[in-house]
Amino acid sequence: MSAPRRYELVYIVTPDAPEEQVAAIHEQVDQTVQKMGGTLEKSENWGRRKLAYEIQHHKDGVYVLEVIVGSGDLMKEIDRKLKVVDQVIRHLVVRVDEEQRVADRTRTRRQDTQARRRTARGLPPVPTEGERRRDSGDDDGGEIGLEAEI
Amino acid sequence: MAFAKKTGSGGGRGRGGSSSRTGGGAAAGGDRGGAAGGQRRSLFRRRKVCKFCADKIDDINYKDVKLLQGFVPERAKVLPRRISGTCAKHQRKLRVAIMRARVLALLPYAAE
Repeated sequence: MSAPRRYELVYIVTPDAPEEQVAAIHEQVDQTVQKMGGTLEKSENWGRRKLAYEIQHHKDGVYVLEVIVGSGDLMKEIDRKLKVVDQVIRHLVVRVDEEQRVADRTRTRRQDTQARRRTARGLPPVPTEGERRRDSGDDDGGEIGLEAEI
Repeated sequence: MAFAKKTGSGGGRGRGGSSSRTGGGAAAGGDRGGAAGGQRRSLFRRRKVCKFCADKIDDINYKDVKLLQGFVPERAKVLPRRISGTCAKHQRKLRVAIMRARVLALLPYAAE
């Protein structure tokens, strides 16, 4: 029932914090994860980015993404700790495993259907690169619809 | 200036509300069709396709700012389905993704 959950944590560090500070915050997160029996699956530093709006009068910030597998209590603890750190101006925890599962399922289902239909029509199950689609003539409607009225 | 804009949008909303009330259930389908195609091209209307269905994008991710930006026009509001043609299922996911991106200041809440 309670399979491990995968979470994504993104936090924004103030732009005037030195590199070591960012590393220290990452270290703190890592230690909490290890202490509470989770695993840090991936850690990614997006570097300095412009913020879409000002947060505490900062115009840009350093973004860090961590993918963590663990319990809800672990994420609660991380959330609480990050709230305390002044250098972290914003953070967000999102649970991703369920959505990922749904996306994978729809993808495999679509590929299966495609393969079945194509073999029924006597084609190889996977479309080749230069293959011309039958409905390519009127398929560009989506873009036009988007551009209208912006 | 701001005041003028406000009254403009308020008037528009009022009109829309009253027309739908008088139109009733039977006319609703036809009314929607007319509004979608009639504004821009009255002679031929192009069928709108959900971008996410067409491009087979399975998960709408809050980190994909480039993708989301196409659905947040100038005022930074979420682009309505009637204009973008996004299907209901994907519009719901899109909305959540935009809301998350806004928390992280990847997208604005409102244009300044």
